[in-house]
This record gives sequence, C-alpha cells and structure tokens, in this order.
Amino acid sequence: MFGFSKAQAIGFLIMVAAVAIGPFVLYPIFLMQVMCFALFAMGANLLMGSIGLLSLGQAAYFGMGGYVCGYLVQSYGFTPEVGIIAGGLTGAALGAVFGWLAIRRQTIYFAMITLALAQIVYFFAVQDTDFTGGENGIQGIPRSALFGHLSLNNDLAMYALVAVIFLAGVLFVHRVVHSPFGQVVKAIRENEPRAISLGYKSEHYKWIIFIIAAALAGVAGATKAMVMGIETLTDVGAAASGLVVLMVLLGGIGTIYGPILGALVVVAMQYYLSSFGAWVTVIQGAIFMACVLVFRRGVIGELAYRLKTPL
Amino acid sequence: MAEAILETDGLTKVFGGFTAVGGVNLRVETGTIHALIGPNGAGKTTCFNLLTKFLQPSAGTISFAGQDITAKKPADVARLGMVRSFQISAVFGHLTAVENVRVALQRDRGRNFDFWRSDRVLRRYNDRAHELLFDVGLSDAVDVPAAELSYGRKRALEIATTLALEPRLMLLDEPTAGMTEADVSRIVALISRLRAGRTILMVEHNLSVVSGLSDKITVLTRGKILAEGDYATVSNHPDVITAYLGTDHA
Ligand SMILES: Nc1ncnc2c1ncn2[C@@H]1O[C@H](COP(=O)(O)OP(=O)(O)OP(=O)(O)O)[C@@H](O)[C@H]1O
Ligand SMILES: [Mg+2]
Repeated sequence: MFGFSKAQAIGFLIMVAAVAIGPFVLYPIFLMQVMCFALFAMGANLLMGSIGLLSLGQAAYFGMGGYVCGYLVQSYGFTPEVGIIAGGLTGAALGAVFGWLAIRRQTIYFAMITLALAQIVYFFAVQDTDFTGGENGIQGIPRSALFGHLSLNNDLAMYALVAVIFLAGVLFVHRVVHSPFGQVVKAIRENEPRAISLGYKSEHYKWIIFIIAAALAGVAGATKAMVMGIETLTDVGAAASGLVVLMVLLGGIGTIYGPILGALVVVAMQYYLSSFGAWVTVIQGAIFMACVLVFRRGVIGELAYRLKTPL
Repeated sequence: MAEAILETDGLTKVFGGFTAVGGVNLRVETGTIHALIGPNGAGKTTCFNLLTKFLQPSAGTISFAGQDITAKKPADVARLGMVRSFQISAVFGHLTAVENVRVALQRDRGRNFDFWRSDRVLRRYNDRAHELLFDVGLSDAVDVPAAELSYGRKRALEIATTLALEPRLMLLDEPTAGMTEADVSRIVALISRLRAGRTILMVEHNLSVVSGLSDKITVLTRGKILAEGDYATVSNHPDVITAYLGTDHA
C-alpha cells in the first residue's frame, strides 16, 4: 500500500486509529498541537534524515506560516483553508530564498547560516508592526468556517481538519522519500561526490528538499495558529527551531514515525510537566544529550533496528 | 593519428604555492585504454579531479569530444559522457546493489525532480541493473546493502554503476587498489571484456594490470609528464626506473 513496508502499513493503521479515538480520550487541543508539531518535525526530518542537512532555523518558516495565516484570517477575513495554504506558500517562498543561500555550505556552516537567517526573521517579528504584533503577537484569530460553510468553532470539527492535514502530510512525506527524486536524494546523502560524478546536480536536489521542508513547516505553523487562535514569538524563535530538532532526534532520524512520536513526547512534556516551570527545559536538555550521546537512533529508530524493518 | 576523445593543454593546479599538476598535455585516443601511473603524490588523482571538474584548473584547458569543458560543472561533464570512479570506493552504502546501479540508470529520465511520483516507475530499470550486476559478478548480491559488500565487491559495484551510464570515457582511479589477488584478476578480466567500443583512462599502481591492459601509458611525477608510450617503451625509460625505485634523486 502506497509503497509502505508491512510494518509501516501496520504503523499507519495504528496511527489512524489513534487519531480517530484520540479526541475522546485526551484533550483535543493537545492532540491538535501534537499533530501540528509532528508535521513540522516531518519536514525537518526530510532535511536531517533524507539528505543529511541539519537546519537550526526551521522555526522561521513555521512562525511566518502562522503569522501570514493569522493575519489574513484575522485582518482580511479569509477562510481557514486560504490561510493555511498561504502559510504553506509563505514557508515555501521563504525556504526558496533562504535555502538558496544555505545549501552552498555543508555541515556546521549550513546549520549556522540557517540559524542566522532565522534570527533575521525573528528580529523582524519582534518589531511591533501591524503584521506580527511584536511582543503581543496576533491575538484572537477567528477559526471561522472552512470554505465559508463548515464552522470550525467546535473543537471536534477543527480536530477533523487538523487530522486530515496531518495524515495527508504523512503520506506526502512518505511519497517524497519513495519517489524517483527521493532515490537521488538518498544517493546524495550517502555519497555526494559520487552522485555528482553520475551527473546529478546535488544543489538542486538539496534546494527542493529545503523548500518542501519549509512548506511543511509553513502549513504546520498556519494550522497551529488556526487551532490556538494566536500566533506569537514563541513559534518563530530559536527555541522552537531547537525543539523540532529534538523531536526528530528523540523519535528517530530518517524514520516516518519517529518525528511524530518525538512531537508527541515533547509536546506532552510541555503540557503535563508545565508545573515544573523552567525544569521542563532542563529535562528537554537532558533528553537531548541522552539522544546525542547514547541513544543515537531514537525510539522508533531503535525499534526499527531491532525489528530489522523500516518504520 | 587516431582521434582524441580527451585532450588537455597545459593543465595546471596549484594548491597554495604547491604545484600538484604542472603543465600537463594529455591526449587520450578514442577506443584505447590509457594508463596514468606514477609514485604516490605525483598528481594522478588531482588530474582526475581536474578532468572531471571536481577541481577548477589554475591554468590550461580541457577538451572532451571536441568541446571545451574547462568551465563546466562536474555534473555537466558527467552528462557529456565522462564518468569517473574514486580512489576510495564510492558506493551508496545504505542502498542495495541493485538500487546503486539504478541511481545511475534513472539518470536517463532527465532531471528526476518528480517527488510526487512513486518510485515504482524505477522498476523498469531492474532488468538492465541485473544484467550489469551479472557482468561484474554480483548476481548473488543484488539485494545486499552496498555497505555490507567486501571491498573488492564494492569496487565491482562501482564499475557496474559507472557502466550503467554507458560513458564515452571512463576514468578509473586505482580500480584494483586494496583488492585480493582473485578480485584483481576478476576486475582485469572484466575490463578486458568491457573494452570493446569503450575508452578508459585509469590510474593504476599494479604494473601487471597496467602492462596487461593498456595501449598507452603516461608516467607522471611531481605533477609533470615524465614519459609516455607503450609498456615496453615506458618500462625501459631510465627516468621512469629512477622515479620508481626512488632512491636516486635526479
Ligand atoms: N586539496 C588539496 N590541497 C592541497 N594539496 C593537495 C590537495 N589535493 C592533493 N594535494 C597534494 O597534491 C599532490 C598530488 O596528490 P594526488 O592525490 O593527486 O596524488 P596521486 O598521484 O593521486 O597519489 P596516490 O598514488 O597516493 O593516490 C600531493 O602532494 C597532495 O598532498
Ligand atoms: Mg591518487
């Protein structure tokens, strides 16, 4: 099915079931946040896992997607789907420009450029303009009605929309990885000079991956803005960029389900450990170090390794 | 004189004051096997990097199949039909042997930017990939990840991948380095079998391989051509003997 391995197909069915039952068991807003961050992390994982590029500035696309969506829906009364699509396009456009600058460098230099460019975006967002609202952000974004008809004010209706976007995102990312394009991308990750010597211009493939990752971040940020009704600096800052890297590492780099599990764990910590205040950050830091030092494959990565099957 | 597929004029590469390749005029004739030999550090790999444009020459020009390629990008040079292998075996470790070869084969689709299409479309290359793997003796390893192959078999896979592109000129950098005796004779047999209708430029340290395969030999030392000719000519050349035995510095 859809190029899934057997274990992946089973994983997908389990996930669909969990998404369907979820809102009746857990707080729907929490689950919607998880799905938004999962989409965000799946994009980051395309960069980190598929082509081996570590971006430290993914929040720029996530946050700007949220701002553009929030602004269009709140100030101009556009419907949610327009806002979300615009968020994705914003991510893609910003990713096209920033990616073009960043892909010329490798490893740590690539990471630094992505970070620096994202800081510029943050600096722009901090300014108290009509657009981003500075420290206040954009408040009270109305959920309004999908296509102007289907009201999203009910959490379950909103949930259904987020679930569809999320599941479509999972299938989309899987398709990208298992496409003719994805095959060349893997070759570039494995041995870039060799891929070039076969006649592939690696920078073009990296650029496309970068744009796709940024577009997914934009859609995720826009969707999250619709869910929460606000868009603030938290989503566009360096901390959010770090968090998404943590999600990918924790869940398992280069796996389909890793970033999703990573998003679930990290968002859950913020929700359910919030009474610990600043300690949440310390715990996240400790997990981060554990992942880097001893647990390199991440949870799903380790599971896939033990079961000898891609997950 | 036969037609040259590759010709350089005054090819030079300077690394921060050190001339790794200095004024090399190389002429590779169509349909021949041409060996580039020389002691360690002579500049052979640097030459390959220049020819395939992985390095930009400090001076000199390169023409391939009648076209000046001095200013081209490496991927474009590859698309013109000059394909190299690497001194250190270069395979796609996490891809299986058949996937390695398919990466080369799928290039004939054009740009391969279609991320929305299923990779099932690549299945039409499977037959050809299996043939190529059979040719290099890897039929039993089709679905083995390249990283798990022995060193000699990785090199064989690399050659199969290069051949998949039907290159007009193949550049092999030490195809038999680090191989067992048996692997070496397998590669030599493979290259002699392949040679019909192909042009190969290879760097090789193993002189029995060179003597058995090559039509012409160019000896490089310290970035300069020391001698050129067939094996008999070159092996009796006094400067070559000095350079190879090494003690007696000229
Ligand atoms: N990128 C570089 N920067 C500086 N010096 C370099 C670079 N690449 C190669 N060199 C130097 O150029 C000289 C030629 O190196 P090259 O790798 O071409 O030799 P080679 O003939 O292939 O040797 P070997 O038989 O050991 O493979 C060496 O002295 C090497 O140190
Ligand atoms: Mg060398």
